[in-house]
Parts: sequence; C-alpha cells; structure tokens
Amino acid sequence: MKQKIRIGCGAGFSGDRLEPAVILAEKAQLDYLVLECLAERTIALAQKRKIQDTNQGYDPLLERRLELLLPLIKSNKIRLITNMGAANPIAAAEKIVEIARKLKIDITVAAVTGDDVFSSLSPQDRDLDTGRLLTDFGPLISANAYLGADALLPALASDAEVIITGRVADPSLFVAPMVHELGWSLDDANRIGQATIIGHLLECAGQLTGGYFADPGKKDIPDLANLGHPFVDVMQDGTAVFSKVPGTGGTLRLETVKEQLLYEVMDPSQYFTPDVVADFTQVKMRETGPSLLEVTGGRGQAKPKALKVSVGYQAGFVGEGEISYAGTNALGRAQLAGAMMEERLKNRFTELRIDYIGSTSVHRTQWGTWPEPYEIRLRVAGKAPTAAEAAVIGEEVEALYTNGPAGGGGARKYVHEVVGIVSTFLNREQVEPTLTIRKS
Amino acid sequence: MKIKLYDLAHSRAGDKGDTLVLSLIPYREKDYPLLKAKVTAEAVKEHLKDIVAGQIERYELPNLPALQFVCRQALLGGVTTSLAMDTHGKSLSFALLEMWIENNEI
Repeated sequence: MKQKIRIGCGAGFSGDRLEPAVILAEKAQLDYLVLECLAERTIALAQKRKIQDTNQGYDPLLERRLELLLPLIKSNKIRLITNMGAANPIAAAEKIVEIARKLKIDITVAAVTGDDVFSSLSPQDRDLDTGRLLTDFGPLISANAYLGADALLPALASDAEVIITGRVADPSLFVAPMVHELGWSLDDANRIGQATIIGHLLECAGQLTGGYFADPGKKDIPDLANLGHPFVDVMQDGTAVFSKVPGTGGTLRLETVKEQLLYEVMDPSQYFTPDVVADFTQVKMRETGPSLLEVTGGRGQAKPKALKVSVGYQAGFVGEGEISYAGTNALGRAQLAGAMMEERLKNRFTELRIDYIGSTSVHRTQWGTWPEPYEIRLRVAGKAPTAAEAAVIGEEVEALYTNGPAGGGGARKYVHEVVGIVSTFLNREQVEPTLTIRKS
Repeated sequence: MKIKLYDLAHSRAGDKGDTLVLSLIPYREKDYPLLKAKVTAEAVKEHLKDIVAGQIERYELPNLPALQFVCRQALLGGVTTSLAMDTHGKSLSFALLEMWIENNEI
C-alpha cells in the first residue's frame, strides 16, 4: 500500500492534442497516465465501425498516441489507463501489442469489457429523460453501460502495464488506481466521493490548467499555445494536490479549478457515478504555490443500485447549406435569402433551422444593440430520413447564386449521418465486467 | 447602478442531453451575496427566455463560492440531434454573462 500516488491526465477527449501526454510521460514522474477519449456519442459511432469491420471500433487516434507513449511508459514505469477501446477494447489491445512488437517493447495489455449490454436491452426499456420507449426513437445501434472503478480493479491487480476499456464512467478511470494503490475500500463513500472529485477535475485534461478558460484582457492565461496537462498527487488521507509540468503553458489556479469542478455537473450535492453519489458542496480549495492547488472535502453517499446505459440510435441525416453576404445591408440580403429558403423548403422538412451567422446564430438571440456586422453568413439546416433528401437543403442554398439576393458568395453544402443518444438504467447484476490479457 | 455579470463573474457551460449547465463564479468572494440575491433562477429564466424552454434550477455553493444553473430543454434537442449551430451550448456561458443586475453597493 502506497502513501501517495501520482496520476496525470494526458487527453480529455478523443481529438485532444498528442504532445501534452508525451510531456507528462517524460517529465512528470507519474505512477499512472490516464487518457479519457470517449464521449457519449463516440461509442455509438465506434459500434457502427465495428459492425462494418470486426477489427475496428476503437479510437481512431489509438495508434498515433500509443506509438508515442509506449516507449515512455515502459522506460518510466508508468501504467496507462484509457477508454480508447471504445466499442472494441480487445481489438484495441491486440493493436497495442502489434505496435509494441514493432517497437520491440515487452508489454502486457489488459482489456476490460462487459459494458456492451445491447443484448440485455428489453423492448420495454424507456428513455430516462422523456419516459418514451427506446424503440420509438429509431433503429437502435448500441447500448453501453457505464462501468465503475470495480470493473478495473482485476486489471490493476494483474501485471498489465496498459489497461484499455470501453464505456467506463470518466472519473472511475482515476478512482480505480487510487483504490488499488492506496488501499481504500469501495464502500467508503466519503473517500470514494473525494476520489471521484479528483477524477472529475482531471478528466478534461487541459480544462484544468487554463484550456477553455482564457478571455484576453479579462481572464488571461500564459502561453496557451503550449498548454500543459495536469497531474495530481493523492495522499493516503485523500488530500489531492494538483499541478502541471514546469515550463509548460497554462496555469492552474482557483478560478480554473472552480470552473472545472462545476463543469457538466447537475446537482452538485448529488453527482451520480457507478462508484458513489458524490457531494461537491463541501469541497475546499487552496493555492499552495504557483500552479499548485490543494483540494479536500469531497464526500459521498452509497453508490446507486442501477447502472446508466447510453443507447445509440439511427436518427437520419442532417443537410446544411451556407452562403455569405457582405457590405452594406448584408443582413437584409441574408434575411431575404433566409425567407426564400423557408418558403422553398418548409413543406419538405419537419425540422428546419435558419441562422444568420454574425448576428444571432450562436445564441439564437442577442442582448442590447450592436453595430450591424460587415458580413453575414446564412446557414440553413434540416433533418431528413435519407441522405438524398437531406442534400436538397444544400442544393437550394447553392441555387441562391442565380436565384437569390445580390452578392451571395462562398456557398458550401454538407450532409452528415446523425446518431442519436438516449439513456436508460440496467441492474448491476446484469452487467459482468470481463478481463482479457494480451502480451507482446 | 447597473452592472453586467461579465464584469463580476466567470462561467463555464456544460451539457447533459438537452440540459444546459451554467456555473457562475464571482472573481471576488465578496460579490457572492450580491449574485445570490440578484441572479435568481427566475431572473436567469427571464434573461435566457429565447434559449431555455424548460425550467431552471439554481444550486448554491457558498464554499467555493459559486452558483450553478441547470437549464432544461435548452439545446434544441441535445448534442447529437440538434440543428443548432452550437449543439453543445458551449458558448452559452457568455450568454449568461450578458445579464445586467442592479448593484446597490457601488
């Protein structure tokens, strides 16, 4: 049992930058490096790739990340935990072994599966938010239960240097190594509550160190271009000290950590995870040095009886078209074009959206009076059951060239497939985490 | 006199399905009572009436200090199926900061 453990977070989403994780692995003297790369929607898209090719369905950046990190985690004795397995952790583990062989590195990889509960869905299951039957939404593609820290403990007890999972609750990726190394009980709700807060703070990586924070002149962040990702020292008593590698950009201070503490949290006194119902309201933060911040006071109540399940369904296609107007009366000409699009399309699309980019497109409204912008981009979007029908929107916007107001330019059209996500609950007993080991 | 929330506090937006979550964190701890008094769930609902269709709940975190607003039916259906420009509603933290409040202290 250790007195202290150091965990870094090298990625906060699938598309995150590669370099900060390399710097953490090189210079932070980590015990564990976590890469959180799985958003709600990502796993449904990954399931679709797996259906097309049984060797696919893991994170598209897995190879690039692991080629950079495997030599470093091996030489610096760091264990890597990541949910880059997405819909196919076993194929991901085999790919990592293949990369290790190529790099002539001996490595043991543990894949944790069991989150795929598609076969356990019942036709009577309902969406948590609306109460509607899941099957009402559209053809179902995927169902993944949020596994907790308990699912990772057997992998941590093995000699695996890389632990790869699919759908595990984001904070649980961090809670598991704390429980494993510091000898905590999963039934100690206050301890697990604090561990969950630590995991929640780290899971978005750069968002703790000044990413997604800067507002020049108001909230300045030094050297944002070279933003470093965070790591934490967790003590036996649960005290956490967050920091980042000296020399990297960004900063870690009360303001950045407060923003991240509340990020995506509904009721802060009841943050539900598979491990605990965490309470954020008694958290205390103290700056103890430059980019050095202590967090204590996380609490919790016993874990929920059911696990949340993310269900993906086919939601048709979105068609979009855009065209720009500039100069005097740009907004007037764009609005004329918008009104024409509404007239031409409203009978063909049940959901149609017309936005004036530069004016009211992002907040759908504005406050106070502002000077009219020099340029406005018209955006038209609508949903349709097939790609061909969705494409009509872009075609009509493009046709504004010769059929619309004066001076329209830069028309673009897009069609993309939509995967919808709804949630339901499943009894814990119906979910069985499984461990698979692969060696290079 | 009136003051804009932008000058008193910072905010980050998060999302859960069709629900928008907005934190409101004063730069100076001493402004927390003013925010608590003026930035009520009702006042935010009125300010965001063109964006948030459902209810708004407010949570208080005196320890930080900060306020948290949970806004239902705010993202035109939610991240994956919304036709909005900003499907996550990530930019809406700055919509909250556009709100003006009466500041009796200054």
